[in-house]
Amino acid sequence: MLDQGIGYYLTGYLNWWLIGVLFLVGLYGVIVKENLLKKVMGLNVMQVAVILFFLNISQKTDTVLAVLGAGEKAGDVVAYVNPLPHALMLTAIVVALAVTGVALALLLKVYRDYGTLEEPELFRRMQQ
Amino acid sequence: MTAHLPILMIVVPLAMGLASPVLAMLSTRLTRALVLLSAAATLGCAAGALQRTLEMGESWSYWLAGWPPPWGIEYVVDPLAGGLNTLIAFLALVTLVYAGPYLEKRTPLEKGTFYALFLLTVAGLMGMVITGDMFNLYVFLEICSLTAYALIASGGRRATVAAIRYLIIGSAAACMYLLGLGYVHVMTGSLNMADLMVLLPPLMADSPVMVLAVVLMAAGLGIKVALFPLHGWLPDTYSYTPAPVLAFIAAVMTKVAAYALYRIFFFVFAVAGPVSVTLEVMGWLAAAGILFGSIMAIAQRDLWRMLAYSSVAQVAYIVLGLAIGNSLALIGALLHIVSHSVVKGLLFLIAGGVKWQTGLRNIPEFVGMARHMPWTMGVFVIAAMSMIGLPPTIGFFSKWYLILGAVEAGAWVFVAVLIASSLLTAIYFFRAIEFAYLKGKKPEEVPAEAVLPARAGLELPVRMLVPILVLGVGVVLLGLFNEQLVTNVIQYALPWRLP
Repeated sequence: MLDQGIGYYLTGYLNWWLIGVLFLVGLYGVIVKENLLKKVMGLNVMQVAVILFFLNISQKTDTVLAVLGAGEKAGDVVAYVNPLPHALMLTAIVVALAVTGVALALLLKVYRDYGTLEEPELFRRMQQ
Repeated sequence: MTAHLPILMIVVPLAMGLASPVLAMLSTRLTRALVLLSAAATLGCAAGALQRTLEMGESWSYWLAGWPPPWGIEYVVDPLAGGLNTLIAFLALVTLVYAGPYLEKRTPLEKGTFYALFLLTVAGLMGMVITGDMFNLYVFLEICSLTAYALIASGGRRATVAAIRYLIIGSAAACMYLLGLGYVHVMTGSLNMADLMVLLPPLMADSPVMVLAVVLMAAGLGIKVALFPLHGWLPDTYSYTPAPVLAFIAAVMTKVAAYALYRIFFFVFAVAGPVSVTLEVMGWLAAAGILFGSIMAIAQRDLWRMLAYSSVAQVAYIVLGLAIGNSLALIGALLHIVSHSVVKGLLFLIAGGVKWQTGLRNIPEFVGMARHMPWTMGVFVIAAMSMIGLPPTIGFFSKWYLILGAVEAGAWVFVAVLIASSLLTAIYFFRAIEFAYLKGKKPEEVPAEAVLPARAGLELPVRMLVPILVLGVGVVLLGLFNEQLVTNVIQYALPWRLP
C-alpha cells in the first residue's frame, strides 16, 4: 500500500529530507550564531538529527519490535525491526546528555566570569 | 592474566580514575602513589600486549565478554595499536610525574578531580586506539574529548572560554563522524572493522552513500586532527591550558585522531572509491596547513602560541604522509606520530617549566634564560632540532621518510613544501634560542634588569626536571634507534607488509 503515492513519498523520502534539514539547521546554528548557548542548542539539534537518522534506518515495513512476550518463540529475523541502531542510540543519547551537561557547566562558569555569552562582547571583555 | 591485557590497559586507568576523587578525600599522598602506580601498570599492559602481538606475528583479537565478532565488540592489538598505546601510556606517566608540583597547593578535591579526569582521558585515548569496532571508537572519542574539555577548563577564566568553544566544534565533529558511521551501517549492517574490511570494498566503487560517509568522517576526524582550515579551536586552547594537561593533550590528542583517520581510511575503507580523492584533497589542505602554521608561528611573540601554530603545521605532516600513501610516506607519517608526540609533549613541558620558574611566556623576554635554566634550555635546543629536522633526532628521520615518499610518488610540490617548512621552522625556533642564549645582541641594548640572573642550585623541582630530561634523551635515542623502530614495529603497521 506504500509502494506509490503520498504514502510512499512520506515514508520513503520526506523523513530523510527532514532529518537532513534538521542536521543542517543544527550545523547552521553552531557555525553562524554568536551566542554560545545558541551554539550549544544547535549542537543538540545536530545530535537529535543523527539519533533520528539511526532510528529511521532500523525501520522496515511489516515488522514488529524485537521483543518477545512470555512463552513466545523467536521468528525469522526479517519479521523484526533491526534493534541494533536502537541500542546504539541509547548510548548516543547518554553521550549527548553528558556533552550538554559539561557544556552547560562551562557556560555557567563563563557567564559568572565575564557576565556575557555573546562571543564578540566576550572577546572584547577578554582583551581587557 | 596476560590473556586480558587488552582490556586491562583500559580498565586500570578507568577504575583508578573513578576511585581517585573519593580516595583523595582520605589521603592525597596515597592517591598520588596509586595514580602513578596505575599509570605504570597501564604502560606495562600496553608494552606487554605489544610484545605479545610482535611475538605472535599477527594481530591479537580480544573478544569482550567472549562474544565473537562481528556481534560482540572486539579489541585488536596489532603492532600499530600496541605501539601507539605504549607511547600514550608512557607520555601519560611522564606528565603525571610532572604534574606533582602544579597540584601541591590545590585542595584534595581539586587533586582528586584532576587525577580522575586525566586518567579517564588516558582510558578514552587507549580505547580509541585499541578498539576494533567503529561505534566503540565514537564512544571512546567522546570519553576522551569530554574529559579533555574539563581538564582544559581548569586553566582559569580564558581557558574556560577556549574549552567551551573547543567543546562545541569538537562535539559537532563527533556528530559528523557518527552520521558517516550511520551511512556505513546502512550499506553493510555491520560495525566491526575487520568485518567491514570484507564487506565494504565491493560497495565502494560508485556509491553516493559511501561518498557522503567518507566525506563526513573525513570532516569529523579532520576537525579532531586540527587539519587546516579546521584548526580554529587549537591555538586558543593550547594558549590557556595548564602545562601538565597541555603537554599530554597536545602530544597525543590530535595524533590519536590522525591514527583513527589512518585506521579507517587505509584498513576499513582500503583506499577504495571516494577515499583516494578525499585523501588527495586532504593532502593539499595539509600542504597549505604546513605553510600556514609555520608562517603564523613566526608571527607569534608568545612561546605557547608559537608552539600551538607549530602543532597545526606538524599534524599536517602526518596527513600529508597519508595523502601521498606509498610505503615510505606511510612510514614517515607513523614515525612522525611518534616523533611529534614526544617532541611537542616535551616542548610544552619546557614551556610550562619556564613559566613556573620565571613567569615568562613571551619569547623576547627570554634574554639570559640559558644561564638561568641551563638544563631546561639545553633540552629545548634538542627538541627544537627535532622539530626542524636535524640529525640525529627522531624529527630528522620522520621528515626524511616523508620526503623520500614524496619523491618516489613524484609529488614535487609536496617535496618543496616539506623543505620550505623545515626552513620556516628553523626561523621560529632559532629566534627563541637566540633570545635564550643572547646571541647577536649587544649587551648595552638590553637593560640590565631584563637579563635573568645565572642561578646556582636546582632550576626546577626534581619532579618537573626529570620528565624533561627523560623525554630529551628519548628524542635522541628514538632518532638513533629509528631503524630498529621501523623494522621491528612500524613496518608491520602498514596496510600491506613490506617485502
